This record gives sequence, structure tokens and C-alpha cells, in this order.
Amino acid sequence: MQRPWTKLLGVILIALLITGCGGKTSNESSQVQKQISVAGSTTVQPLAEKLAEAFMEKHPDVEITVQGGGSSVGIKSAAGGIADIGAASRELKESEKQKYPDLQVFVIAYDGIAIIVHPGVEVDGLTRKQLQGIFAGKITSWKEVGGADKTIIVVAREEGSGTRAAFEELVMGGKQITGQAILQPSNGAVKKTVASTPYSIGFLSFGYLDEEVKALAVDGVAPTKENAAQKRYPLVRPLNLLTKGTPSGLVKEWLDFILGPEGQKIVQSEGYIPVK
Amino acid sequence: MKGKKSEAFWAGRVIEGILLLDALLAIVVIFLIGLLILIEAWPAFRKIGFVPFLLGKEWRPGKELYGLLPMIVGSILVTLGAVTLGVPIGVALATFLAEVAPPWVQKVVRPAIELLAGIPSVVYGLFGLAVLVPLVRQIPVPGNSGFGLLSASVVLAVMILPTVANISEDAIRSVAREYREGSLALGATHWQTIIGVVLPAARSGIVAAVILGIGRALGETMAMIMVIGNSVIIPKPLNSNPLTIFLSQARTLTGNIAVEISYATGLHENALFATGVVLFILIMLVNSMAHLAMRRRS
Amino acid sequence: MNDPLFVGQGFPSTRGQYRWERLKQRLAFTLLWASGAIAILALLAVVITVVLRGIGIIDLEFLFTSPRGGISGEGGIFSTIVTTLYLVILTLGIATPLGVGAAIYFVEYASDSHGKKVSAYMVQVARFGVETLAGVPSIIFGLFGYILFVSTLHFGFSLLSAGLAGACLILPVSIRTAEEALKTVPRSYREASLALGATKWQTIWKVVLPAAGPGIATGIILNVGRVISETAVFYVTLGGSYKLPSSLLSGGRTMALHLYYLAMETKAFDKAMGTGVVLIITIVVINLIVRYLSAKLAARG
Repeated sequence: MQRPWTKLLGVILIALLITGCGGKTSNESSQVQKQISVAGSTTVQPLAEKLAEAFMEKHPDVEITVQGGGSSVGIKSAAGGIADIGAASRELKESEKQKYPDLQVFVIAYDGIAIIVHPGVEVDGLTRKQLQGIFAGKITSWKEVGGADKTIIVVAREEGSGTRAAFEELVMGGKQITGQAILQPSNGAVKKTVASTPYSIGFLSFGYLDEEVKALAVDGVAPTKENAAQKRYPLVRPLNLLTKGTPSGLVKEWLDFILGPEGQKIVQSEGYIPVK
Repeated sequence: MKGKKSEAFWAGRVIEGILLLDALLAIVVIFLIGLLILIEAWPAFRKIGFVPFLLGKEWRPGKELYGLLPMIVGSILVTLGAVTLGVPIGVALATFLAEVAPPWVQKVVRPAIELLAGIPSVVYGLFGLAVLVPLVRQIPVPGNSGFGLLSASVVLAVMILPTVANISEDAIRSVAREYREGSLALGATHWQTIIGVVLPAARSGIVAAVILGIGRALGETMAMIMVIGNSVIIPKPLNSNPLTIFLSQARTLTGNIAVEISYATGLHENALFATGVVLFILIMLVNSMAHLAMRRRS
Repeated sequence: MNDPLFVGQGFPSTRGQYRWERLKQRLAFTLLWASGAIAILALLAVVITVVLRGIGIIDLEFLFTSPRGGISGEGGIFSTIVTTLYLVILTLGIATPLGVGAAIYFVEYASDSHGKKVSAYMVQVARFGVETLAGVPSIIFGLFGYILFVSTLHFGFSLLSAGLAGACLILPVSIRTAEEALKTVPRSYREASLALGATKWQTIWKVVLPAAGPGIATGIILNVGRVISETAVFYVTLGGSYKLPSSLLSGGRTMALHLYYLAMETKAFDKAMGTGVVLIITIVVINLIVRYLSAKLAARG
């Protein structure tokens, strides 16, 4: 009398077990290329999101997902096939070029690195030499650079950040950023920390600037897009998208869109500098 | 009749087989976790060496320098701070609930503790970021950013409070009635009985509670990233007062993994898994100490 | 000296001393009451701050529109609620059958008299593993999920990776709570059922499982709470895209993760608080369900 139950149960249990361990089987079919995954630099992320939205509006059946992680993850994801496209806000290191020889680099825009301070800081501009001193921990008081007699609180990105790598290259000249620096894992977190911490200083992508923080002139040049585009502002670096091998299909279409007039217009309107 | 029975018998065997597979799968998964992390960590230990890895003061992945000491010290200091703040309150709370509180108060406090235990750690992190960090920043010491060990310790103290209080309370409640009655019969006051008889008798359970609290504190990740500043330094006092060490920023072992894992490649990635192994071993040590304390009790 | 009775010395002998002891007791009890008050205050401080600053933001629009990203944290939390739900279903769907099934095997088969030596050994090994992993910080599970699912198996930052990693996180607790629930079922139930001629599986299904039901359900609900609260594991496996996931392979954000991103990267503190309120309410509801279930258990026992 109880047999139907026993059988039914066996079936249910097996079914549950299969859903349990066999989740993998269902994903193969969704790999059909109507999706593009992008991962990497948090600097590139907001721009890539806008570029993705514009493209998806034109091609409603396409889905592009953009995720953060950082420039190194972008390089790694693209090389390892974790994402279709990697995003990096710095150039590839020699070691990475050697390790991943089949990575293709596409410069989609240029971006300035802004030096930001808490709005209460009276200093309006710094030289690169002063910046180097502050971020290396040699200059510790705002008094030394013309401000109040207050300890400078340095906010930086952690290693692996493309913005940090670019900043180190453009400003630090081989010197290390001080260990005392508060390290935050993204552009947004740096801005938020500087905005809320009196006497703090940090650096971030132009794309993240707003009225919450004060951006400083560097070597006497104001941090504006115009100055950056004319290469007068000294802290400018390329934003890259990376693919493994030569792109094809949907990925190529999207890259063409980005580098075409429509894409570059978006680059412009989002506060970045188009590639000419 | 006989045929039927054997069919049921075979169905039973099949189910047993499925369950066995299930159990084996669970075991494999559980051990795979430890194994994979060890495998990934191994190159780091081999290339860097155990001692330089554990005692190195420099963690600079860009220069292939991997010294874990700053994070070890950071984790230990923040846990110390949390224990200093959280344990006295937790044990007092347990004593209060087990010995003093009238039933209606227990009915209010107990769900409150339950809720404290259930609130997601990011909410504590948010509270720390929005309330504690600005508050700590008011302490007038140069270089004090508000982010640091003090804010993190307070957040953690609240987070371990339920663990410490719940387990201590169990220990206090399990003290034999005869002890209490004997003491009271000898003319001791209720408080003398608590401090002289009940708490000493519940000692090993309370020790276990504290150790488990330590385990929880060592393992917390997100709330720590949010308030501790994540600087890779061995914390130092900010001025001549040694207590200002708690105003220093720091980084925990857990934070080190979470902040850097998605960036890491090669040896750097291995070093983060090695960080995980160190954390794993620390927690194992702490937990086995708790088990020892529990066992001594029974 | 091990006898606790001898630890507390100096019981009062004179009237003055007695009065002094009463005073000390009053002082001590005041402090104990204070500790109770501190616990309540700590809770209130966290909850009231979050609720006061977050409740204003919550309306239908907040709940039913998706985040739009950007540095000011525009939009609501709809997609994060859905993603949280997906992950709860995914993790529990994987971990519960696995955990409960394993527990049934350990309790009902392996420890049985006809169980062989090997299975008794297996139970010990499993128990060691479960005990060890139950105390391990979640970020370790994140590491595991990252290296195995995200990286090695190429699932990428996705629901699938996060779901599998989350399932591993709750698996030890699932096994343990299910085991405990099964063990509370009196032996006599099983014997009676077997004596009536039921097979072992019939006994388990018709007698043991219903009796252990509330206990197992409590474990499941607690795991729901754990998945909703968890952030570290998903931080390193789920990616963090605020879009509604369209397949198992797309990334996403849970509510807790969204709160983290809002708090850390945007100026929308109030929205972070609002998300916090939704989370706290969810946890309160979960606690109430657990209470109800354990009351039911207690009433039966």
C-alpha cells in the first residue's frame, strides 16, 4: 500500500539531488552570443555602463553586463575568458603582456586623474612635487603646503587599482605611497571618504567628480576636461577595453559602436576625453 | 505478498544508496573547501617561506612583497578591543538574565539580543560609518581620521555581544541548584552567591563563550572593511599616549582577502589564499580552545 | 579548592557586615541592570539610527524600481530584492536536500546496528568536517567559491557561482541542525513504526521526518536569514552588477551587497539606510517565524 509513496519519494529525492549538483548543465545553452560580459576597472565601469545602455537600446535582444573588480581583474578576466571584455584604466604591465600575449587593447577614451580634498581644505592647488611629498608621507601637515596647521589624512586606492597605478606612474616617480594612507577599494569609496573626512586628500577618475569634494589644480592647471583634452593637465591616462584575440561578432560590433561617432559622443558627454 | 515485500525492500536499498551518495557528496564538498584553499596557498608558502610570510612587515603586492604581520596585528588588536568592550557587558548581561531579571524584562531583552545577532553585518558597518566614525573623529588627536581600530572595535563589540551573552547564560543556568541553595543557606547574600559560587562554577562555560566571541570577531569581514581604514600598517600610537594606538587605521586578515582578491593574480592570489589559511588556522585554534573549555565543564 | 562553595569566603557574621553586603549587592545588581539596559540601548542605537534615517525613503517606488547606478545612487532596490530571492532559492535549493539527506543518512542509517564500521567512521569524519567548517569565517567560503566556481569552472561572477558558494557556506549548519532535529525524535516512534511492519524508509518518511519537521524547518528559516545577511561571500563571487540577472550566469547584487555599495561609494546614505530598514524588517520576520516554530516544538515536547 505504501509503495507509490516510496517510489514518488525516490523520484523527488533524485530530482532534488540533480538540481543540487547538476546546476552546471543548464548554463551551456545560454552561452549563445546575445550576451556580452564586461568586468574590470571601476573607473571604466560607469562609462561602459552608459555605452552598454546606448547599444542595447539599438539592439534590444542584446544584453551587456558590466561588473567592477578593478583593472587587474579586467586583465585577468579577459585573458582567462571569465569575461568577454576586460576593462582596465591603466596600460598593461610588461609582465602581463608576456603572460597574456593574445590580449588586444582598445583605447576607448582618455581620463584625467583628479586630486581631491575635503571641501574644508583651504589649499587650491599643489605641484606634482608637493603631491609626491604628501602621498609618500614626507609632508604630513597642510601648513607645509600653505594650509592650516592640521595633519593631512591621505586616502588612496589599494594596489591593483588602475587609477593607483596611473597615479604612481604620473606623480610618485618610483616612490611608494605611505602605509598610513586609508585604502579604499573603489573610486566611489575614495570620494565618499574624502568628502566625509576633514583635512583628507585623495585621487580619483574625472568621471567621479562632483560638488561633494574639491578638486585641486595640479602644477597650476585646473582639472577641467578642456585642459585634459589639450594635454595641459598633467595627470591623464588611457581607458582600455581588452579582448582575448581579435574580437568578432557581437563583441566587435559593440567595440565599433564605442569607437564610432555615437560612442565617442557618449564618452564626451560623460566627462571623459574622446580618442580622436 | 512476497513479491511486494521484496520490491519495497529494493526501493529501500535504492533510497539508502541515494542518501549515502548524498552524504558522501556533502563530505567531499566540506573537505574540498579546505583542500582547494591549501592547494592555492601552497605556492605562496613555498616561494615566500612561512616565517617571512608570517613575520614580514611589508605587504606590497606591486613589489612582490608579502608580509602578513600588519594584518595579523590588526586582527589581534581589533579583537582585543572588541573583547575588552564586549565581554564584561556580555557576561554581566548573561548574569542579569539568568539570575536577576524578572520575567517581563527577560521577555524584552531576549528578543532584543536575538535581533542583535540577526542584523546583517553590513548594517553594523553602515552604523559604524554613519555614526561611530564621525564620533570618533571628534577625539582631538592629530592624524585621527575616525576610521580605525576604535570604531571597528565598538562595532565588533556589539556584534559579539549576543554570542557571549547567550552561551554564558546557558553556562550560568546549568550550575547545579544545590550550589546556590547551599550558599544561600549559609547566609550569603544573592550577590555573594553569584560572585562567589555561581560564576566560578560556570567559569569554563563563560570562557568558552568568550573564545567563541573571539572567533566571531576574527572572522568578521564587511563591517571591518567599512570602518577600519584598510591601511597596510602595523598600528602605532598617534601620540605619546599609548591608548591612541586604537585611533590608528589598520587592516584585518579578512579585509585583506576581501579587498584584494578580485584584483589579484599569480603569487599575489596565492598570498591571499595563504592569508585565508592563516585565518583558518587561527580560528581552528580558537575553536578548539573553546571545545576544550566546554569539555572541562562536563 | 575546586569546590565552589569554598571560593566565596567571608560570609557575613555581624549585622554591620551584613548591611555592607546588602549595599554591595544593591550596587552590583544596579550594574547588572545597566548591562541589560546597554544591550537594549545598543540595539536601539543601531535600529533607531537606521530606521529614522531610512524609513523616509521607503515607498512603493523605492521598493519597485531598480537601481540606476551612478555616483549618486539613483533608483530603488527592486532588482536587489529579486536577486536576494533568487540566491535564497538557489542556495537553499542546493544545500537543503544535500544537508537533510546527509543528516538522514548519518542519523538513520550510518549509526544503525546494521551500519558497517566504514559508515560509522564516515560519520566521524563528516562530523569533524561539519564542526570545523561551521566556525570558519564566511570570507573563506568566498575564497573557495572564487577560485573554484568563478575562476576554475569559468562561471564568472554570477548567480550560479554565488549560489554554489553560498550553499557551501550553509551546508555545515544545514547538516547539523537537521541531525539535531532528527535526534530529538524518540527512538520509540521508530520502533513502533517498524514493529507495525513499515519499512525503514516508510518509517523515516511517515514518522521520523514529520516529527522532526519543525526542527528542520527552523534550520531552513535560519539559513534563509543567513543568506540574506551574508555579504562577504557574495562580494567576491556575485560581481555586483545592479541589473536584474537574466540567467544563472549573470551577476547581480543582493540587498546587503547593495547596502554596502551605497554606503561605501555613493552619497545616498539615506538609501543605504532604507535598504538597511528592509533588511532589518526581514530579519525580524524571520525571527518571529523561528519563535513560532520553536514554540510549536516546545508545546509538542
